[in-house]
Amino acid sequence: MTARDLLPILAFAAVVALAPLLVSSNVVLNFLVFTMIIALAAQGWNLLGGYGGQYSFGHAAFFGTGAYLTAILQVRYGMNAYPAFAAGIGLAALVGLAIGFLAFRSGLRGSYFALVTLAFAEVFRVLANASEVTGGAAGILIRLRADPANFQFAERGTFLWVALALVTLALVATLMLERSRLGAQLVAVRENEAAAQALGVDVLSVKLRTIALSAGMTGAAGGLYAQYFLYLDANIAYGTWISVEALLAPIVGGAGTVFGPVLGAVILHGLAEATKSIAGSIPGIDLVVFGIVLILVVRYPPRDLPGLLRRRRRP
Amino acid sequence: MGFPPEIILEAVLNGLLTGAVYGLVALGLTLVYGVLHIINFAHGALLTAAMYAAYVARTALGIDPYVAALPLAGLFFVLGYGVQRLVIGPASQGKDENILLVTLGLSIIVENLMLAIFRSDTRSIDVPYAMEVVEFGPALLSWPRLVGFGATLAVGVALFLLMTRTATGKAIRAVAKERTGAALVGIDVAHIYAVTFGIGTACLAIAAALLLPSFYVSPRVGNAFVLVAFTIVVLGGMGSVVGALVGGLVIGVVESLSGLYLGDSLGQIGIFLIFILVLLVRPTGLFGARA
Amino acid sequence: MTGTGPDPAFLAVRGVTKRFGGLVAVNDATLDVAEGSITGLIGPNGAGKTTLFAVVAGFEKPTAGLVLLEGEDITGRRPHELARMGLARTFQIVQPFAGLTVRENIAVGAFLREAKRPAALAVAEEVAMRVGLADQLDKPAAALTVAGRKRLEVARALATRPKLLLLDEVLAGLNPSEVRDIVPVVRAIRDSGVTVLMIEHVMQAVMNLCDRVHVLAQGRIIASGTPAEVVAAPEVVEAYLGHGAAARLKGGAHA
Repeated sequence: MTARDLLPILAFAAVVALAPLLVSSNVVLNFLVFTMIIALAAQGWNLLGGYGGQYSFGHAAFFGTGAYLTAILQVRYGMNAYPAFAAGIGLAALVGLAIGFLAFRSGLRGSYFALVTLAFAEVFRVLANASEVTGGAAGILIRLRADPANFQFAERGTFLWVALALVTLALVATLMLERSRLGAQLVAVRENEAAAQALGVDVLSVKLRTIALSAGMTGAAGGLYAQYFLYLDANIAYGTWISVEALLAPIVGGAGTVFGPVLGAVILHGLAEATKSIAGSIPGIDLVVFGIVLILVVRYPPRDLPGLLRRRRRP
Repeated sequence: MGFPPEIILEAVLNGLLTGAVYGLVALGLTLVYGVLHIINFAHGALLTAAMYAAYVARTALGIDPYVAALPLAGLFFVLGYGVQRLVIGPASQGKDENILLVTLGLSIIVENLMLAIFRSDTRSIDVPYAMEVVEFGPALLSWPRLVGFGATLAVGVALFLLMTRTATGKAIRAVAKERTGAALVGIDVAHIYAVTFGIGTACLAIAAALLLPSFYVSPRVGNAFVLVAFTIVVLGGMGSVVGALVGGLVIGVVESLSGLYLGDSLGQIGIFLIFILVLLVRPTGLFGARA
Repeated sequence: MTGTGPDPAFLAVRGVTKRFGGLVAVNDATLDVAEGSITGLIGPNGAGKTTLFAVVAGFEKPTAGLVLLEGEDITGRRPHELARMGLARTFQIVQPFAGLTVRENIAVGAFLREAKRPAALAVAEEVAMRVGLADQLDKPAAALTVAGRKRLEVARALATRPKLLLLDEVLAGLNPSEVRDIVPVVRAIRDSGVTVLMIEHVMQAVMNLCDRVHVLAQGRIIASGTPAEVVAAPEVVEAYLGHGAAARLKGGAHA
């Protein structure tokens, strides 16, 4: 990887980083922070789904685990936010490894992998909704103590920089994966498992390493969410919404590309805002648009569209 | 374990009755899988739509759900036919992951359209027989659920006759077994696919009409049923009609008993765990073969 | 290989049987492949050749029997472990990574021995040169001709730096001039020190390339020897042309 390869990522980071200096509107900054959180969750999905071809419908399991552990360690055990956040990422990765081990060892692929991940996320949601430590249906509240030492910031703009830094890290990590042995083997597994095996690729190991990375990244998005909104309940943390968002953004923006998830998150949430401003605050109307976009993207794949950001699997 | 036998008996019987309607929901899913070889993630959302349709029929037009069942089945047949013919078929281009995404997209659209139209309130209808019970030995059985049980059996028999006695049924079975061969002898595969999807959706409409007197409806209610239906389909064997009905009964009882022992909020977990276990333990043959 | 004692065969298949339900695809097959040789495995369609390959390469577990590589029992090891040990295979039905370029396809093989991308890409280029794909490196694999895809299969396998290469009908579906082009490629692979076991139907190539040939029919090895010996064996002629064919051919020659 050369400095040239990093240039688009740094350019993207620079543009978004300027936002807090140019805009003071809380609405705009909120939008950007939320989009960054989604982009990070989606980047996690993209590693497994985009590069690996294993479509998870249950990335909420990882998002929620990252979010809950970040919150619970602070609220119940008085831990500092940063180690709590790191622990959340670690546990999310472990959960990913466990689900991956069960699913991949059993040879689940395609729709069945989607189904089993969905089921795991639902199990977690029901458990979190009923358990004491998560605050049950009432949810869990992180005490507001706006201090960088607590991973809380008085200014939304500062939080945007933090979120952006994490997204940028994720972009670089994705680029590194793309150029690595694991990345090449992962794409080979997506394209043809038998052929990959014949070339010495340990398919199970490749999938497991990837789902751990993927889950950790989406778990980081969950932890970030917890620190930004300071409130979680089971339907937020383990809800279907985040599984859908994490999948939709890469599919729309370009699965298996470095910038796909970010691009998709921006497009989708831009569309959502536009829809709300036209249709008013009808609940669910933005998601209707998401659904239509998803079907259109599958029906008319934009792969052939020229675009700087859409360099699919460049050598 | 702490409960007197008649309570357990009642839970089992009520579980069987609810399970029959689950079986009907699963029937549509398994039929579509057996013929089109696709997993329809929009199944739950379509059930939600059907429940709202039955709700509107009752509240706006004053039609009893049991009366509305057949016209709704017709309406949803046409809807299902159109969705397969105009949306899923063209967008799938024969790729599994495309079907996965398109049916997911459909479910998002339908679910949120319901949310946009009806808002997130849970609604139920008021019918005079909603609370009626029938004595069965020591157990009290809910009348709407008994009707649901009977109607499910009737639909099962009707479907069996359709598949074995009619030309369309034979064409469906031919396509399910050997798509290319069926096309070669002049069967319009795209049409048969759409018909099958339509029948699956029609099953949902009937299930919705049977559920409504004893269940509430909300925009996300279908999700509760869809995972149950997936569990049943996986348990009963993908594509097996009898398996769907029997699986439905089993799951109904499991849900009822785990609700009794674990409480309602954790009761669902029993189903998910069965689902995950079945997926993980029987991966080859049923699942590993297709990818 | 330790060179003392009686030289075990480089690859030894001992009494391998593979059943699928009631069907016996391979029945008590025993054969040897000498180090540095090009060995042919021929037989009528449905004889079980590809199944035997799958067993040797770890894609199927045998119902009975052993597979030994350089004297070591490798029966039932998984394909990627075998690839690491130096056993590579191609597929009869080519299996390119369709979305990747030729270069990336070959690099996946090269990554087995190279941890870093530049090194893997360098190996890919070098291998592409050897099999005659050097000018197609940046094409998507899906855009290759049938002959190109066959070469790609070979190239990917070679990039894993195998000791033993199993070629499953690399010449099938090629026209005579394409066959003529690939024959020297296979020979050059052997000359570079890779032992080759090939399933092949194109007899001209078998006669031309192979040091020894094993004939499989209905799951059994019915003959082994030099290509000339094997094609003259009556049981081989009968396996291909039916019972009594050898006698009829002899009779026909007299008439």
